[in-house]
Amino acid sequence: MPMAKKTKTVKVINIDLEKCNGCRACEVICSAFHAPDKYSLNNPARSRIRMIRKPLDDIYLPVYAGEYTAAECMGRDKYIIDGKEYDECDFCRASCPSRDAFKEPDSGLPLKCDMCEDDPPQEEPLCVKWCLSDALTYEEREEEIDEEEEEQELTQEEMERGLKALADKYGLDSVAGSLARLLKKE
Amino acid sequence: MRYAETGYNLEIDLSSGNVEKVETDPAMTELHLGGLGTNARLLWDRVPPETDPLSPENLLIFGTGLLAGTPAPAANRTIVTTYSPQTLLMAYSMMGGFFAPEMKYAGYDKIIFSGRSPELVYVWINNDRVEIRDASHLQGKGVVETEELLKQELEDQDIQVASIGLAGENQVYYASIEHARSSASRAGIGAVMGSKNLKAVVVRGSKDVNIAKPKEFIELCNEVLDYIQWRAENPVKNVPPILAGLGSPQEMAIHDEAWHTTAFSWGNARYRRKEFWNEEVEEEWSRIQDGAVQRLISCYNCPMKCGAIIAYPTLELSKYMMKCYSKLTYVMGAMVDNLEFGFRIAGLAQGYGVDSYTAPQVMAFAIELYENGILTDEDLPDFPPDNEGRFFYLLEKIVHREGIGDVLANGVYWAARQIGKGAEAYDSNTIKKHEQIPIKLGMLNPIFFLMLSTGEKINITQIEGQLPQAPFPNKEDREEFVQDWFQAPSENIKDFFLKWEPRGEYAFPYFPDFQTACELVEWQETMHYIDDSTGICAGLSSFPIKPPYHIHNLPTLVSAATGLDINKDILWNKIVKRNRCLLRAINARRGLRRKDDKPPQDHWKKRFPDHEAQLLDEYYKFKGWNNEGIPTRETLRSLDLDDIGEDLEKRGIYANGQENENS
Repeated sequence: MPMAKKTKTVKVINIDLEKCNGCRACEVICSAFHAPDKYSLNNPARSRIRMIRKPLDDIYLPVYAGEYTAAECMGRDKYIIDGKEYDECDFCRASCPSRDAFKEPDSGLPLKCDMCEDDPPQEEPLCVKWCLSDALTYEEREEEIDEEEEEQELTQEEMERGLKALADKYGLDSVAGSLARLLKKE
Repeated sequence: MRYAETGYNLEIDLSSGNVEKVETDPAMTELHLGGLGTNARLLWDRVPPETDPLSPENLLIFGTGLLAGTPAPAANRTIVTTYSPQTLLMAYSMMGGFFAPEMKYAGYDKIIFSGRSPELVYVWINNDRVEIRDASHLQGKGVVETEELLKQELEDQDIQVASIGLAGENQVYYASIEHARSSASRAGIGAVMGSKNLKAVVVRGSKDVNIAKPKEFIELCNEVLDYIQWRAENPVKNVPPILAGLGSPQEMAIHDEAWHTTAFSWGNARYRRKEFWNEEVEEEWSRIQDGAVQRLISCYNCPMKCGAIIAYPTLELSKYMMKCYSKLTYVMGAMVDNLEFGFRIAGLAQGYGVDSYTAPQVMAFAIELYENGILTDEDLPDFPPDNEGRFFYLLEKIVHREGIGDVLANGVYWAARQIGKGAEAYDSNTIKKHEQIPIKLGMLNPIFFLMLSTGEKINITQIEGQLPQAPFPNKEDREEFVQDWFQAPSENIKDFFLKWEPRGEYAFPYFPDFQTACELVEWQETMHYIDDSTGICAGLSSFPIKPPYHIHNLPTLVSAATGLDINKDILWNKIVKRNRCLLRAINARRGLRRKDDKPPQDHWKKRFPDHEAQLLDEYYKFKGWNNEGIPTRETLRSLDLDDIGEDLEKRGIYANGQENENS
């Protein structure tokens, strides 16, 4: 008997650059929604979506915050699309040491788009709701996943690889110190 | 904690280079809100009335609207306040774009410039770091180029820049302050910036703006957005397409310009061309517009697309951002039927930083003087034969203040008097020395008579709004219109609209009665005064018919944002009245009197001097002003402005016993 396939919901924001009017409403509502006390403040610098705007080059590019990365890239890429030149990091979603975007302005802690998770859930991420130009639209799609893969746990080998990377970057002493502190707390 | 506002002003003395961050008094916000209201109070308190607008003693105040930078849609306006070199009265031109929110995020409600820098400088404000920097490399540069150079120099694409072009540097009396796709362009505030040797103000910030009642506030914002979407699908019927939607007239998106081109005047505000618009013109103009408009763009946190990026192969300035109406002002002023000319010269003129309302009218005025022999070939050497060429020629002379351009740079009113030889007769479209939108109509409109005559803004589009400009001939249409007109402030105003007819008993000029005429005017100006203090764009509020912001939701919105306890009565009868009277008092102290409260002589063919005088009498009474149009001591006292009444009295401004006439 074939194994029963499980599905998971993938949340998708479609970004149509042609429709963007550059108003930054997405940044406004994102930072307001994610305020410690919901909507109690707003500040685009705290937003998990950022508008890359170069009006005279007709570049209007909303970018979402993705994963944190400790190190910047070894090189830079340049994209040329329909004659428009996008700078090295424009399309990148990472919260990274090479730029200010996607970091809390006070603490420097990384920010990441969470699709406006809420209880009760929002109908759609609020940047989409506030984008009356429909440059941002939302859809959900079901994707089959391999159950085994889903349940797979972290192997010893993977864990050691991760720790080694940390040790390479920060030194073994510093990592060991952190581990010791964690153990103490527990 | 302060809500909606930051609670700090940035004081920059350009003479000494002294920079201070000053905490503001929250009581001022309660009294005047912010933006225009608090700007005006500062101007009254700190600039003596005899100050020459172009002297170091004048202040140049960049004030954010109280709600600018909050999530309230379209709350993005910067209100620039100073004394005008042209009108010699208070000027408070405003701009949208992205500047005011960035100021708030940098931590300031206002930037107040005083003094005069010895050399051309720009100011770089990055949160708490403020630097006055050399701008000699930017001298003579256009505003678009200046912004680009500053982005490179400061290595930051996200800075917001407000700058002047050559016109501002040369103190042209209608020089603008330009920012992104917006400009604060009326009454020569760019010249004041030039007189301070200030080329640009650059802002970048990453601080929070706080909201007092978050849940309530965001619900109101969502309602506004929902209504905007509903209105997009439900345009107002029985009005020209350009007035049926929200925003500034959507001139970058809409091709139908029948209304502007046939109802407004061409040339030096002289000729109506009622037959101008036809299918052939529409087709040709649509083709040119579609070729020039690269993208429709918006101001901060606003879904309306009132602006556009313009790129056109024949442009003098390869690319720029255009605001709604400037596409037509040069075309109509020059009496040139080719829209391409409009896109070409508007870009060039914007780069120089001149007001696109006034500049074309000054040029049309100069051409008229030339055609009537008052200006000669001696004044205009090598003057081209065609109007397109003449406009380009005059623009260069004016912004360089070269030859006759040095006179024309002072605007129609002053130029006419400097030129003499009967040139005054060609000054046909100014109010209080300031060029107006070129509209010449038939029958006196009592409501517009009052707004044109008494508006402190001296610019009708920033006074009028929400009321259809003409009655609907069919009663059924009027009834339908009123049905969902929840924005109307009172039943009396709905009744007026239901009765209002093009002809007969319920037609202008004797309809409506004085009381209703005053109410209609007060409603329209009140809505603008609220916007000018909150920084919400008139395009979603005081200007269009049936807007999402109106007198019934604005008090709650302001309360939720600020935590102040404001209702309709407090907002209208206290705060707005106070600000309205404050502005009047400022201008009265600068010499404004009843004789100045008048529209251009030929604004209407049919005038009614006695009725007009009575309208003015009744309006002054309605406002609590004396017969000279000055707020009485009693009125000022009731609005907590007794110190201002006292000052007016001490200066003898209430002379001739007029003080008590209406109080």
